[in-house]
Order: sequence, then structure tokens, then C-alpha cells
Amino acid sequence: MIRVVLPAHLRTLARVDGEVELRVTGQVTQRSVLDALEARYPMLCGTVRDQDNGRRRAFVRFFACEQDLSHDPPDDPLPDAIVTGAEPFLIVGAMAGG
Amino acid sequence: MSGVRVLVGTRKGAFVLKSDGRREQWDISGPHFPGWEIYHVKGSPADPDRLYASQSSGWFGQLIQRSDDGGTTWEPVGNKFSYDGVAGTHQWYDGTPHPWEFARVWHLEPALDDPDTVYAGVEDAGLFRSTDGGQQWQELPGLRRHHTGPSWQPGAGGMCLHTLLLDPATPGRMFAAISAAGAFRSEDAGETWRPVNQGLRSDGIPDPAAEVGHCVHRIAMHPSRPSVLYMQKHWDVMRSDDAGDSWHEVSGNLPTDFGFPIDVHAHEPDTVYVVPITSDSLHYPPEGKLRVYRSRTGGDDWEPLTTGLPQRDCYVNVLRDAMAVDSLDSCGIYFGTTGGQVYASADAGDNWAPIVRDLPAVLSVEVQTLP
Repeated sequence: MIRVVLPAHLRTLARVDGEVELRVTGQVTQRSVLDALEARYPMLCGTVRDQDNGRRRAFVRFFACEQDLSHDPPDDPLPDAIVTGAEPFLIVGAMAGG
Repeated sequence: MSGVRVLVGTRKGAFVLKSDGRREQWDISGPHFPGWEIYHVKGSPADPDRLYASQSSGWFGQLIQRSDDGGTTWEPVGNKFSYDGVAGTHQWYDGTPHPWEFARVWHLEPALDDPDTVYAGVEDAGLFRSTDGGQQWQELPGLRRHHTGPSWQPGAGGMCLHTLLLDPATPGRMFAAISAAGAFRSEDAGETWRPVNQGLRSDGIPDPAAEVGHCVHRIAMHPSRPSVLYMQKHWDVMRSDDAGDSWHEVSGNLPTDFGFPIDVHAHEPDTVYVVPITSDSLHYPPEGKLRVYRSRTGGDDWEPLTTGLPQRDCYVNVLRDAMAVDSLDSCGIYFGTTGGQVYASADAGDNWAPIVRDLPAVLSVEVQTLP
């Protein structure tokens, strides 16, 4: 299972506490993880990535294994530690504003 | 006993304020959607338990929330706002072409006769409609595609469609206002539009009497006389007696004719309310005195309403969507401030009292009169 940590506002919106666990079929990439996330929690559509062009929203970041993966191509494989569930995939609201 | 429900959108959530017909004791619930900007909350005239809310965030974009129980519980509905076809360009602040980009929903206007039909006025300026309770949204692209569209420029707050009025007497007629393009009218339920800005003069644009380019802040009508429109423009309070075909100034003796909201008494079509603001560069009341001005003559002759409002050291603003009226026998007037106060008058503006004083900055106020 893929572990995903959502920012607080999106946990509230999705009505979940703590981490989300997702089953991802095929290669584990940013795109396939977000596809699985949005399929299970459709209210999150549009909050992490643009619904028209699929691009990450400007003030959302993707972290994993102490790395910033935000600028990686969305179809690149994610680290093995994410695939095995050893580490979570972090969706982070960037620090900006108040 | 009849009552009222005041729907308040703020910078950090929505609040629902309820009272009986006396409007003295208030029950306050919220924040709903805490931490999110709530540009607008509005109920369906056809089903007062059906509410729509525009929820947005610089981080996570736009959501639309729907309630079917008068604001007790909410469910997110559709939030995909895609411009129809090629979006095209408008002018950017520096005069260069800039692609139309969806930013947020400023205003939600439920249809008069169907709780599942609701219109959304958005930034960058466009009009969307849902006919399934907010699940799916389709643009009515005729407005954005008006031949003047490439010349529209954003106001300081963005290029937003902030006002939509549905004419209850003429099927298919509606009015929209865009900052800073001006006022527009449709006769075919939003399919096609034409500018209705004749008579407006705006010194901040190269041609003060241009067909478009005016920073209209708000338009109001009385449902019994929908061909009479009142407008608070960037500067100037205006009136039209021919459904927008022509406008004339009715600022009269106002201390300043800059401001944002304008509204009409529920039972007196010639009684109009504005909140004068010092200037376009000083967005607070003149002399630190928060005064609502009322005209009982359809404009020109205005009286200050001050009882219960702060008359010293007050430097808040009242935004364009932050005033509303109820339709109880003694008409109630409500407005919210950027300082987080929501004021109410149960006697048409003669006396005021705060319902609540310390909310986040108020973006919008709507009122439902309940049986």
C-alpha cells in the first residue's frame, strides 16, 4: 500500500485522520498516486493539481524520503521506499502567507 | 414566527447567523470551512434550505459547497470551471494580452425558480451555470467572447464577474457587472450579451465615456421594478430607468460617491442604501465615521444613518457583496466589514447594532427571510 500524508485542510475536506493508504496498480508515480487519491476521494480533485492540465498547483509540494520531488516529471517512478510503504508520500501546502 | 438567516463569507470561513423576526438575539454557527476564503454564500429563492458556498484558497484552489439543510451540513460538489473552447486573451495591467485564467468564484446566484440551477460569476471574468445542483459547470461563453473582451482589464482585485442580477419579470433577462469592464445585459438567459454603460463616466480610463472599461462595483434592483437599476461605480452612484440602456448620476449630497455595495429596501423601490468610502486610495469611511446613507427618493437626496454605528476611529471597509436586505415587514438591512463586524438594522437603517464583532474580514453577506 502507498502511504500518503495530506495537508490539514485536505484531510478535513476528505474527512480523514492521519495518513491515507492507497492501492496503486501499475508503476508507482506521482501521477498514478494522485489518480488513485482522487479516485478514492473525489472531493480532492482540483486541490492538488489543475483539473484541466494536470499540473501541480503552484503552492503545493511533493516530498518523499527527505527529497523535494515537486519538479520531477509526473510519470517518473517514485522511490522504492514509497512503493514498499516504508516511507509516506507527502503532499505539502507550501509555507506562504498567513 | 418568521425569522432570518444571515449567510456570511469571510477570509477564514463561513458563518451562519440566525434570529427570529425580532432580530435581537442571534445564534451564530461557524466557522464552516475554517481557514478557507469564502467569497460568497447564497440560498436558493426556490428552496431556502438549499445553499451554495464558494470556498477557495491560494494553495488548494476552488471548491463549491452545497447544503440541503440550511447550512447545518455541507457537501463539496463540482469544482471544474473550464472555459469553453479557446479561452483567448484580455489586457493585463501593463496593456499586454494575457490569457484568460480561472482564479476563483466571486459570486453564486441561484436561479429564481429551480434550486438545482445556479450561476457562478468568476475571475477571470466569465459566467458559468450548473443545472444539477452544482455537480457540473458549463460556461456561458457569450459574455467572455464579446468583441470587447480582448480590451478588458482587471481591476485592483482581479478581473472578476462579481454581480449577477436575474430579472424576475422578463424571462431570460439578466445583468452582469465586471471589474473593470462594466455592466452587461443579456436577453436570452446568458447566451449573448451587450454592454450597457452609456452615461457612465470614468476619469481613470482614456475615454471617460467608453463603451467598456468602467469599474462597476455593484448593481442592485428591486424585484417589483427591475428596469430601474442602481449602481455603485468606482466613483459615482448611478441610476438607470431603462434597464441599463442609459445611466445618470444620483450621487447628490453624498459626502463621497466612492464605495462598494449598494442595495434597495425590500418594500420601497425608491429607498436605496450605500456606504460611502473616502476614496479609491483610502478604503475607509470619511472622518473615521461609519455611516450608511439612505435615499428615499431613488437617489440624489441622501441622509446619513449613524445610530449604533461607530462615529469615531473607524477605518474598516465594506466590500461589494457585503450588504443585503431581508423582506420582513420592517425591512432589515445588514452589512459586514473588513474588521469582522456584521451590523444589522431591523428598522430600515434607523438603528443599528452589531450581530457579531470579531469575525475574520467579511467578504459577503446574504440574508434569507424564513417563514
